[in-house]
Amino acid sequence: MSNPPENMTRRRLLMAAPLAGAAIVGVGFWKMLSGMQHGSFNPHDINAPVLNRPVPDFSVPDQAPGQGFSAQDLRALTQPVLVNFFASWCIPCLAEMPTLMGLKDDLTMWGIAYKDRPENAAGFLKHSGNPFTRLGSDRDGRVGIDWGISGVPETFLIGPGGIIRWHSAAPLDVDTIRGTLVPLLESLKKS
Amino acid sequence: MMLSRLSALFLGCALLLAPVLVLAVDDPAEMLPNPQEEARAEAIGSQLRCLVCQNESIEDSSAGLARDLRRVVREHVAKGESNRQIMDWMVNRYGNFIRLSPPLSIGTLLLWSMPVLALLLGLTTAFFAYRRRNAAPAAPPPLTAEEKARLADLTKD
Repeated sequence: MSNPPENMTRRRLLMAAPLAGAAIVGVGFWKMLSGMQHGSFNPHDINAPVLNRPVPDFSVPDQAPGQGFSAQDLRALTQPVLVNFFASWCIPCLAEMPTLMGLKDDLTMWGIAYKDRPENAAGFLKHSGNPFTRLGSDRDGRVGIDWGISGVPETFLIGPGGIIRWHSAAPLDVDTIRGTLVPLLESLKKS
Repeated sequence: MMLSRLSALFLGCALLLAPVLVLAVDDPAEMLPNPQEEARAEAIGSQLRCLVCQNESIEDSSAGLARDLRRVVREHVAKGESNRQIMDWMVNRYGNFIRLSPPLSIGTLLLWSMPVLALLLGLTTAFFAYRRRNAAPAAPPPLTAEEKARLADLTKD
């Protein structure tokens, strides 16, 4: 005959199994949601393939008031550079500009005007301030496709040697800079 | 009354036709002159996700980026590249997310085979539970002398 106490433990274990399953799913969801809150997990981030790869082959002609650049320029770098795609017709880009202006003394920034008339892009920078030390124009959006952008603004952090270290498809804000960008820059400096 | 029915019928027909009209590219000038190449470009484009309006293919979407990507696909088709090469070019830039039908990988294989795996697991569990229940109960151990004496005592009557 089967032992009654043994049967009871078995029954309790079977009862606990669905609870344990639910607990695991719950922890998974909690991790996902807290990741979304801290910015370490973004379900809409479609641009993952470029990370930790060298910048694509491209070159952008001069955009007033700056000088254009190419993949070679980025690969020759020894310091991190932030590459920002923007456009004068893009409202989030306008909203992002004060943040970039506040960052320009600490981090070199190069800009690419995406699908924009050169005179409009120049006017935009005159109006909002120009945080970029070099500026290129991607009039037909082809360079944007090579970088895998799906809209503006998009920002890439290029590490020494032209490796893409970080990417954001959303306008930069102070929280992202403090929480993600600054720690990343520090770890890049160390290595 | 009659009129409203007629107009409802007309509207219904227009709604039925609408998807056919939407499937066409925005501007006929975009299309390749060679109908075979154009058909191939459309087949590739209908497998590529528009990254702006994420549940539409680039052939269905009017977003600026979709138009640009359609043009890129047509340029590559005109150059004589294979469907595979063009798909790889896109995946290289936008990741597997751009493919409307995801490729076979460990993750997708596990996802797609999950119903079968769950069914198999359930069937195995049910099989063993059934066998256990129907197994002949083991013969009870023989009574000890003490128990025999007690039994005899109880059934003495």
